[in-house]
Amino acid sequence: LQELPAPLLDDTYGKELGDEAAAVKSEDFQDSMKIAWRYQNLPKMETSPTTYTKFGHYYDISKKMPPELCQSVKWHSFYLHEELSLEPKMKAWNMNSGYARLLQSIQRIISQEGFDGSDPQKKQRNVLRIGIQSLGSVLWGDDVCCSDTPEDPHSLTKFLYVLRGLLRKSLSACIITVPAHLIQNKAIMERVTNLSDVVVGLESFIGSERETNPLYKDYHGLVHVHQIPRLNSLICDVSDTKDLAFRLKRKLFTIE
Amino acid sequence: QGQFTLLRDTRTDGSFLVHHFLSFYLRAGCKVCFVALLQSFSHYSIVAQKLGVSLAAAKERGQLVFLEGLKSCLDLLFGEEEQPGQPSPLQFLSTRELRALFDFVRVSLTPADGDSWKGPVLLVDDLGVLLSLGAAPVAVLDFIHYCRVSVCCQLKGNIVVLVHSNEDSEDEENELVVNSLCHHSDLILWAEGLATGFCKDVHGQIKIIKRLSLRQAAEQDLVQIYQYKIQDRNVTFFAPGLSAAVL
Repeated sequence: LQELPAPLLDDTYGKELGDEAAAVKSEDFQDSMKIAWRYQNLPKMETSPTTYTKFGHYYDISKKMPPELCQSVKWHSFYLHEELSLEPKMKAWNMNSGYARLLQSIQRIISQEGFDGSDPQKKQRNVLRIGIQSLGSVLWGDDVCCSDTPEDPHSLTKFLYVLRGLLRKSLSACIITVPAHLIQNKAIMERVTNLSDVVVGLESFIGSERETNPLYKDYHGLVHVHQIPRLNSLICDVSDTKDLAFRLKRKLFTIE
Repeated sequence: QGQFTLLRDTRTDGSFLVHHFLSFYLRAGCKVCFVALLQSFSHYSIVAQKLGVSLAAAKERGQLVFLEGLKSCLDLLFGEEEQPGQPSPLQFLSTRELRALFDFVRVSLTPADGDSWKGPVLLVDDLGVLLSLGAAPVAVLDFIHYCRVSVCCQLKGNIVVLVHSNEDSEDEENELVVNSLCHHSDLILWAEGLATGFCKDVHGQIKIIKRLSLRQAAEQDLVQIYQYKIQDRNVTFFAPGLSAAVL
């Protein structure tokens, strides 16, 4: 959490929003959970760069988020090595214990904090925002990133399935990062994609031949939208633009 | 009657076909067992409403048996100890055995006294999830085989199953299941994204393969190709190159 960038609340960006919007933002900080992922401020995609729509949140990545701000927000963390050990009945899940304990923790928060609608008295309904980093990596006790034939190739996909169930049954949203370049078993990545709603890939130019390609000189990498959800409808919201690149500056992460 | 239809998609989402068959069979008065593994009940319900069918009402009158995989999974893993006589249909998460799932299907579609529904139908969305959850490809094929014997042969009903397949897929287990099912299907509806990429007016192409060679030795399979566009309440089909946007 110490690594989180400082949010921009100053007037230069707040003026166009108006005072009500600024007030809403500070209320947000009181109840909401923060997404523990750097690139939260995705501005809306516009074909003409001059019409700048205010969308998303604004951060200054050269500064860190002040600790008072973090402390004023209700948040939960999960650090595998400090967590309780596996409940006995969870051994029947046949899943990597790191993932199982994470699911146990998420389910407990959903149920205790009333995100599953179990507390009708709660007047202000908020969304539980969950951020999970480097799923599939050795940090979670999974060897799917180091081996072509992992010990338990189904743990990761089972985890995603149960997580999907928890998200569908509660007021929550989850964003996960997966070091896909480390997963040699491509079959697993295909299954991970099928079990996800939205799948976006970031491909950096660093170390690739594209770094010196004049076409890409203003950008830092490509954005691949592998999948978008088709939920509660026959149609889905497909954008016309398919070739996307990103650029990271001190105060702006742009996708064009 | 007694037909096995395989829904297949490549480079696109073929779930519109699932929504179609669900509302089609319910409107036809069939008893439907829907094994919905990947989406919630409300998702299908909202789309069915647009297609003119109420899933809640169908459930109420006993016409629709809906297995909501995601919910059953949570009940199994986080719920109370299960009663001994009623194993969860998703028991294979621990045991890797699909027997309980088959029993669930069989019991759901066996006509009860006083049932006046026309023919049972098993609908599955989507079969690949079973592989992701640890079932072996052979176990999945066995499960389908048992379902065919029970639903298609014994109960004279129909089965419709959705599978995904990617070209150049490295998921060998999935390819094995898909290819095997193709060989044994009476009808294959294969939705494919256009090779040229996304297009606003043509969302994809559908290949309809009637496997006449399955029933009669000398017969050739009949293949028809259409392009389609998905709209909010409906899907339009047209001959390739004849989309309304082009004419």
